Amino acid sequence: MAVVFEKTKMLTDTPFHYCPGCNHGIAHRLVAEVIEELGVEKVVGVAPVGCSVFAYRYFNCDMYEAAHGRAPAVATGVKRVLPDATVFAYQGDGDLASIGTNEIVHAAHRGEKLTVIFINNAIYGMTGGQMAPTTLIGQKTTTSPYGRDLATCGAPIRICEMLSQIPGTYYAERVAMNNNANIIKAKKAIMKAFKYQTEGHGLNIVEMLSTCPTNWGLSPIESMKWLEENMIPYYPLGVYKDEGAK
Amino acid sequence: MALTLMKGSEAIAESAIRAGCRYFFGYPITPQTEIPEYMSARMPEVGGTFLQAESEIGAINMVYGAAGTGARVLTSSSSPGVSLKQEGISYIAASEIPCVIINIMRGGPGLGSIQAGQADYFQSTKGGGHGDYRLIVLAPASVQESVDLMSKAFELAEEYRNPVLIAADGMICQMMEPVELPEMQDFKIDYKEKPWAVSGEPESENHKRAIVNSLYITVEELDELNERLQANYRKIEENVVMYETYNLENAEIVLTAFGTVARICKASIDELKEEGINIGLFRPITIWPFPYEELYKVATAPGVKAVLDVELNAGQMLEDVKLAVRGDQKVDFYGRYGSHMPSSEEITEKIRQMRSEL
Repeated sequence: MAVVFEKTKMLTDTPFHYCPGCNHGIAHRLVAEVIEELGVEKVVGVAPVGCSVFAYRYFNCDMYEAAHGRAPAVATGVKRVLPDATVFAYQGDGDLASIGTNEIVHAAHRGEKLTVIFINNAIYGMTGGQMAPTTLIGQKTTTSPYGRDLATCGAPIRICEMLSQIPGTYYAERVAMNNNANIIKAKKAIMKAFKYQTEGHGLNIVEMLSTCPTNWGLSPIESMKWLEENMIPYYPLGVYKDEGAK
Repeated sequence: MALTLMKGSEAIAESAIRAGCRYFFGYPITPQTEIPEYMSARMPEVGGTFLQAESEIGAINMVYGAAGTGARVLTSSSSPGVSLKQEGISYIAASEIPCVIINIMRGGPGLGSIQAGQADYFQSTKGGGHGDYRLIVLAPASVQESVDLMSKAFELAEEYRNPVLIAADGMICQMMEPVELPEMQDFKIDYKEKPWAVSGEPESENHKRAIVNSLYITVEELDELNERLQANYRKIEENVVMYETYNLENAEIVLTAFGTVARICKASIDELKEEGINIGLFRPITIWPFPYEELYKVATAPGVKAVLDVELNAGQMLEDVKLAVRGDQKVDFYGRYGSHMPSSEEITEKIRQMRSEL
């Protein structure tokens, strides 16, 4: 019988631990497929602290598990020793947009030849649904039980908009995984973010709007709808910076 | 080989390069800034990497990334900066990754001062970061000893897959002394010796997928890590202890001190010796592992009536000295807080006072 589909070799056979309806699985598969399709010889990934803390079990390449928020600094250290390797950091929004802003901002400023996959689901998943810097105004979480209050918590942080202002950022795009068309677009963005690195450019970041049905208290389908109705209007999809397209 | 008059900071940096270190990640902080400054000029000359990180936190995490490849990697800082590095140091120790960290200690706590201090003894030897881990901690007392310990530090780090901390007070970094520098070593990552090293290569017969990690989520897995670490620490305690003794013969009092303070103690000892008073010195070079057994023997030797611990802090190594002598000898203490280096006259005076009460 003809083989019509095979799981990418860049993912191990370890079953994901992610909740039903979570978008990490899609994001992992897209990243792994892109790495395989690019055919790069050497690859090193850096996993974060958060829901994707076990990413080192899933990506079938040499991996690090970094401290909370520090993945871009760890990836910098790796890339400086192994300039021929394709190095990526995979981070969530608590990791990258809160505790790790210093590391991502300066990795971008240095123009590190890295690819950063940034999963934004507007909440802390692993610790059980606390307010993230990306949590929307009015959104209820376990640490914003009355809804995020603009006056005391400030507005949700828009990473792609912020990083695109940095001269060292080479490529920044925000995508979503809420339907097939967007998933195909997301894969193209990830491909670009990796390809640019192999061509010696950086920093490259893809922000992926994602769902968290467990901590949003919604079904997977309701979550997709919530993402479309609430997240995309505040976090518009699209290319924020693409030095390669100039 | 000819002696060169060099500032401690520059001699330390050059000896790291000669030990095969080609990756330095740091951040400016007094009194160690001359180390990153020297590295920024020297690394490009030897094809190495100098990176001024965004913070000490950034720097230590770059060390984690770079050292995970098996390369010889160094970072340096001073007390408040080393506090910031503690998270990363705990991860590196737990991930069993070799690297060398330099702490040029200044006066604390808080922002403290920029002069020499020794008040990071607890931080250096008793943990520093979270969790049950240990660093091999070397405490040089001269520029030459710092230079000599540098390649030893990398070798120990690699042999035991554990970070090594060089804890030197600010004086070591700031003073100039004649030094003999070692020959340039040719260092290459040996993947057969370091199967854990990240290379990015696809999995093959020669390369098992490398995972640099400190997460052990189940009770059994974390137990296994901790048992492995503790077994390694026992091995280090057995094999790595280093110390110096001075004028122990017929000593009636034994001084204990580390780093620059030990040298000042030697001046007091020499001064008193001229009067026919014999005072000895026991100087741990490894402050972890601490030479407990060796100090016990010295402190309880016939004729020894007391131990005087001298430090540039409120009495930190003092606790280890007391543990070492197990109550079998009197232990007195003379200390100045960080930034206030004691003079040999002060120490001599303290010894005279002790003798009058013995």
